[in-house]
Amino acid sequence: MPIRVSIDPLTRIEGHLKIEAVVENGEVKEAHSSGTLFRGFEIILQGRDPRDAQRITQRVCGVCPAAHATAAALNLDSAFGIADRVPDNGRLIRNLILGSNYLQSHILHFYHLAALDFVDVTAVADYEGDDPNLNSLKRFLARGELGPFVPRYEGDYRLSPKANREAVAHYVQALEMRRKAHEMLAIFGGKMPHNMGIMPGGVTENPTVDKITAFLWRLNELHTFIDQVYIPDILALAQAYPDYWEIGAGCGNLLSYGVFDLEGKEPDLTKRQRFYQQGTVSRHLQPGDLVPDQITEYVRHSWFSEETSGQHPSQSETLPRPGKPEGYSWIKAPRYNGQVYEVGPLARILVSYAKGNERVKELVDGVLSAVGATPQALFSVLGRHAARALDCKLVAEAMAEWVLALKPGEPVCADYEVPEEAQGMGLVEAPRGALGHWMEIREGKIAYYQLVVSTSWNASPQDDQGQPGPIEQAIIGTKVRDEANPFEIVRIVRSFDPCLACAVHVMTPQGNTLGKYRVA
Amino acid sequence: MKPKEQPVIWFQTASCSGCSVSVLNTVSPSIKNVLVDEVVPGTHVNLRFHPTVMAGQGEPALEVLEETAVHKKGKYVLVVEGAIPTGEEGAFGSVGEREETPIPMTEQVENLARDALAVVALGSCAAYGGIPAAAPNPTRAMGVQEFLAARDLKTPVINVPGCPTHPDWFVGTLSHLLLFGPFQPEELDEIGRPKAFYGKLIHDNCPRRAYFEVGKFAKHFGEEGCLYELGCRGPITYADCPLRHWNGGANWCIDSGSPCIGCVEPDFFDLVPLYERLGEESILVLRRDAETSKLRVGRWEAE
Repeated sequence: MPIRVSIDPLTRIEGHLKIEAVVENGEVKEAHSSGTLFRGFEIILQGRDPRDAQRITQRVCGVCPAAHATAAALNLDSAFGIADRVPDNGRLIRNLILGSNYLQSHILHFYHLAALDFVDVTAVADYEGDDPNLNSLKRFLARGELGPFVPRYEGDYRLSPKANREAVAHYVQALEMRRKAHEMLAIFGGKMPHNMGIMPGGVTENPTVDKITAFLWRLNELHTFIDQVYIPDILALAQAYPDYWEIGAGCGNLLSYGVFDLEGKEPDLTKRQRFYQQGTVSRHLQPGDLVPDQITEYVRHSWFSEETSGQHPSQSETLPRPGKPEGYSWIKAPRYNGQVYEVGPLARILVSYAKGNERVKELVDGVLSAVGATPQALFSVLGRHAARALDCKLVAEAMAEWVLALKPGEPVCADYEVPEEAQGMGLVEAPRGALGHWMEIREGKIAYYQLVVSTSWNASPQDDQGQPGPIEQAIIGTKVRDEANPFEIVRIVRSFDPCLACAVHVMTPQGNTLGKYRVA
Repeated sequence: MKPKEQPVIWFQTASCSGCSVSVLNTVSPSIKNVLVDEVVPGTHVNLRFHPTVMAGQGEPALEVLEETAVHKKGKYVLVVEGAIPTGEEGAFGSVGEREETPIPMTEQVENLARDALAVVALGSCAAYGGIPAAAPNPTRAMGVQEFLAARDLKTPVINVPGCPTHPDWFVGTLSHLLLFGPFQPEELDEIGRPKAFYGKLIHDNCPRRAYFEVGKFAKHFGEEGCLYELGCRGPITYADCPLRHWNGGANWCIDSGSPCIGCVEPDFFDLVPLYERLGEESILVLRRDAETSKLRVGRWEAE
């Protein structure tokens, strides 16, 4: 007897997401991911001054606004013809703003969004010791009003009481750590969320020695936390839940746009020297080059007009068609070379690994030999969490070099004029994966703006060829032990770190055709 | 003695979650203090529902909303983060489902607001519509006050705008409710904001004010000088940012060389392009009439 499992709202992600799965004989047969909010950013951007794009597009997402600011600024740099003129200070400060948010986003994701699927907070009720945080949590638990930690799924919490208590202590410590990562960002970005510093041509903030020092010392503290707490916690999680090296493999194709510019002279973003390399990689670690023309968006199973289905993002219209019978989602289905691709830290790490990035290779090989796994094991729930933690460490280390390369007194922003007619493209990596902005300027105004965001890749529906999206593929075939507490499904979904506010096309129409999956 | 439990429901609508993330940045009290300890002596905030932090999901999470609205009637504080998308009968946004049909955000907010002790409209989207309501407002998004007024619901609404809001403004507003009870009319400005945080013009407290007085204006980003020519909205924006600063005091917009974009004011994205100087014709103030909830526009005049 098939059972329809519907999780709405799927919490502890950014935004509004629903996951539906059809489970038969304990195995997922069908899976559909669907977002439940539409705000219409592309429509709002039309007709505006192009310089507003890096402020407006940040408001797409309060968790990864720095990535949208960077994508928009790169997009504007190319449209304004200044992609080769951003001064080194501007380039480095952009890297520091984006990198600081990587640390914030990854720490938040692991400890505050994902960990509650694995960690039993109530284990603190038996705590005997003098940690003030754990004691205040113990008092909290004793009072009996347990929101926001209960209700929750019950059952599969496997950590020992001691390991649970340690994890809870780290949950509290991580709240402070992620806050400090935002402080780092604000030192150069003015404020966060929604930084004010990133502009076309560079940034607004001048580096001074006090800012460099204040940044460096917060970074030192974060770096220590990543090495001594975050990465060991991932390894401890892997020990308690080893089956999650095999759960949630997904589509096996990975795509990364590369990120963190190491030079500012090459205007072509696919050729620019970046800290993480641009390209693709297969499950067998075959690398491929990044060719942006291969990116297309399909809408047969999305509630959009099919006139531009299969077009490049610079050509694809966003025309809502509620009630379209083949549709079941308001996320479009981006594809690369017609194939399904996963994006995110795992893609970033493995593309660079396959392309021979020495720093990445050394770190990944070290961790894999410590846990006795091959790179293929990284295509999994645990692999995605591990890749995210390693990403955090690599970026922290790189930022320590970038901040010391700043030159007080030298320029931070190139001059430009807004052209009457131009086209632009900005490619970058958000913490949760490949992010692209495309635009066209006519009569000095934004005539067209299109965003293809990380979560559109990962949470996409089936495309015109019927290929399910990466999250759907990762869920299909999964064994679910208890349909009332489907831990396996939510752990898989969260391992992708979905950010639904970013999936701008997403919405749920009234009376959609869920009847198709009605199995009761 | 057992502290009083103050139930709080935090509901996200058309938002980016940025205000949630910003509130996580609170320093004193820490966010751990807010969630777990007595945020003011004798009272613990019982955050029963918050989509980004809560452990629960799916139906059990949804039941918390319904249970609170019924069993804590008149006692819970509702925090709304995000604008309310009212277009297409609420089809642009839903949270949860009933009998396999999505429940529109409009219905959820209406049900939750009806019997709340007070509604905190957190961030510029919840307060005035914010970015989703920017022209041409494709989802007919609006702020909570306007939404409730149209449904004749009288629950008091406190606007705590900002894009995002400042954590101190949220914690301060919440603490006011817990320590001193409902806001008195004279404690709020004419667009529903606590004067304690939104009572001062940015321009009056700006560290670059001296440049304005002597006419030294920055023409390029990164230059010394007043940012007025680069589009600064400090002269028409009411907030204590120049004194309070952001992110634990690490910085704030104008100190980072960036013009104020007026993010605590209604319709700040629609006034003029952000980096265009405010011309005399554009120096208008938008104010929401407390009685009718309608926006009205007046000319800004220097005091």
